[in-house]
Amino acid sequence: MGNVVLNCVKKSFGSTEVIHGITIDIKDGEFIVIVGPSGCGKSTLLRMVAGLEVISSGEVQIAGKVVNDKEPMDRNIAMVFQNYALYPHMTVKQNMGYSLKLAGHSKSEIERKVSATADLLQLSELLERKPRQLSGGQRQRVAMGRAIVREPSVFLFDEPLSNLDAKLRVQMRLEIRQLQRQLGITSLYVTHDQVEAMTMADRMIVMNNGNAEQIGTPLEVYQKPETLFAAQFIGSPAMNIFDAEIQNGCLILNGLALTEVSLPDGKVALGIRPEHLVPSASGPIKVSLNNAEPLGANTLLYGNIKSSNEDITISMPGVHEISENEGDKSFGVEKAKIHLFCPSSGRRL
Amino acid sequence: MAFGNGIVQKKGSHLWLTHLFMILGVLIIFFPIWLAFVASTVTQPEIVSPPMPILPGDQFIDNYKAALFAGVNVPVAKMLFNSFVMAMGIAVGKITISLLSAFAIVYFRFPGRQVFFWLIFITLMLPVEVRIVPTFEVIASFGLLNSYSGLILPLIASATATFLFRQFFMTIPDELAEAARVDGAKPMRFFIDIVLPMSRTNIAALFVILFIYGWNQYLWPLLITTDPEMNTIVMGIKQMFPSGDDVAEWPVIMATSILAMIPPVIVVISMQKLFVRGLMDSEK
Repeated sequence: MGNVVLNCVKKSFGSTEVIHGITIDIKDGEFIVIVGPSGCGKSTLLRMVAGLEVISSGEVQIAGKVVNDKEPMDRNIAMVFQNYALYPHMTVKQNMGYSLKLAGHSKSEIERKVSATADLLQLSELLERKPRQLSGGQRQRVAMGRAIVREPSVFLFDEPLSNLDAKLRVQMRLEIRQLQRQLGITSLYVTHDQVEAMTMADRMIVMNNGNAEQIGTPLEVYQKPETLFAAQFIGSPAMNIFDAEIQNGCLILNGLALTEVSLPDGKVALGIRPEHLVPSASGPIKVSLNNAEPLGANTLLYGNIKSSNEDITISMPGVHEISENEGDKSFGVEKAKIHLFCPSSGRRL
Repeated sequence: MAFGNGIVQKKGSHLWLTHLFMILGVLIIFFPIWLAFVASTVTQPEIVSPPMPILPGDQFIDNYKAALFAGVNVPVAKMLFNSFVMAMGIAVGKITISLLSAFAIVYFRFPGRQVFFWLIFITLMLPVEVRIVPTFEVIASFGLLNSYSGLILPLIASATATFLFRQFFMTIPDELAEAARVDGAKPMRFFIDIVLPMSRTNIAALFVILFIYGWNQYLWPLLITTDPEMNTIVMGIKQMFPSGDDVAEWPVIMATSILAMIPPVIVVISMQKLFVRGLMDSEK
């Protein structure tokens, strides 16, 4: 059983607190992605679960037992590191079998487990090679194999794909996800790449400055971001945020009424995803476009809102070109696709 | 003749000229060794009557037999053995101690870690010669004069090697130590299974340097070995020189010198292979 419970886990280095209390209940077999910008504490959180960092306060439970004071090897976890951390002087086989050897398994048993794992990962041909004779993707697989072979109750991934090229990253992303489903092992996966987070996670933790901004399924986070940060971090290109105002139950952007809302009057931060802006001649958002990036399937249009000069990004399906004299366009947005946040706390309204 | 060919010309007179200079240089450096070799193969009268012979004589076997098994004060075979024990003791001891202390300094957080490191580092400033009197005092009061321990122990701590290993260990990525921790390796297991094999290139290189350092020790053995049975070869050669009006047995002394050169040369040549293989094998 590999359920993991974090109970108000905090981390301080000296007097500076870097993680301000994370609580999450991870079910057995769940794939949790911890996503956030660099320096937000996501790796530190993972390393606390691994036992490589001391937990300053709070509680980490793995499989029902509090593991705060246990060594990594006694936590029944396996970790995949960003730079793979393969032992350079050992062959692939020795790398994969090292933990089993230390745990005192018999030679024949190690042989059997390593070759079974190698089959699973298509590494059988490479067992006698040294890490430096392998490509990046192969090294990544060996690092995975080293984790799988121990049959741990939890996998921990620390940005495992960030050293691979874009194409391989997509491929390995799928492989890792498939493998995890097949083995049914609870996983914590740290990444700064929101696409990885969206595609792989059962649930994700969006982290910023040591806080969990939102914990939820990828679609929940995309469709109903709890905070301004989560709204801007998840989704590509990032959500447009404008200063708006509510007057008498009417949402007003740059003096134009956008829609009716049942909220008290005051300033709000208005979020609209680039893909939710649709061209409409009578639309309330008047934009002067100044740049277009055709991506093939869709086009990203960049411009400024005419009255306030705020930057805006619009994603439109198909190919669009802008010429100088027809750079002005009007856009509208469905009421359901509007996100409103409190400008001071950043919380969703 | 274009300049595009580079400075070193591949054909013509330049080739001959560069080789001529090279051969000349080698001859100049090699000449004293050649003379020593010649002197070790002729008889005593032939050496002392000028001009000295330039070509080897017929006394090779006799002289070397005399040196190896009889010597002047003590058989050279015995001195070679003493030197070998001392050089091996120093090289192996220094490497073991500095590996362990560097490991402690790099991988463990203990109070006074920096202080200990700098204390070790400071000893770099004090060569054996500077601290030779107190060291002698200590060794003498331990009753270690005329013993292998007395020869080896004072020279066994090495700040240079500790420093070198420390620098190397710091280049080993932290993730490797962490991966080993997750895999279940306790610190000494990590040291033996991961750190040692990764450092073998450095160990080989240091072994060569330290073996020769130990082999060439002169002043220290001269001080603490009064018994000819404990003489090492480098100082033994000096002991062979006659005092006063005695006649120097130059052929035997020269044979001893040649013999003294052989072990370091063997070590360099044999370790060189390991050294190169180590360089190609390791990731670094």
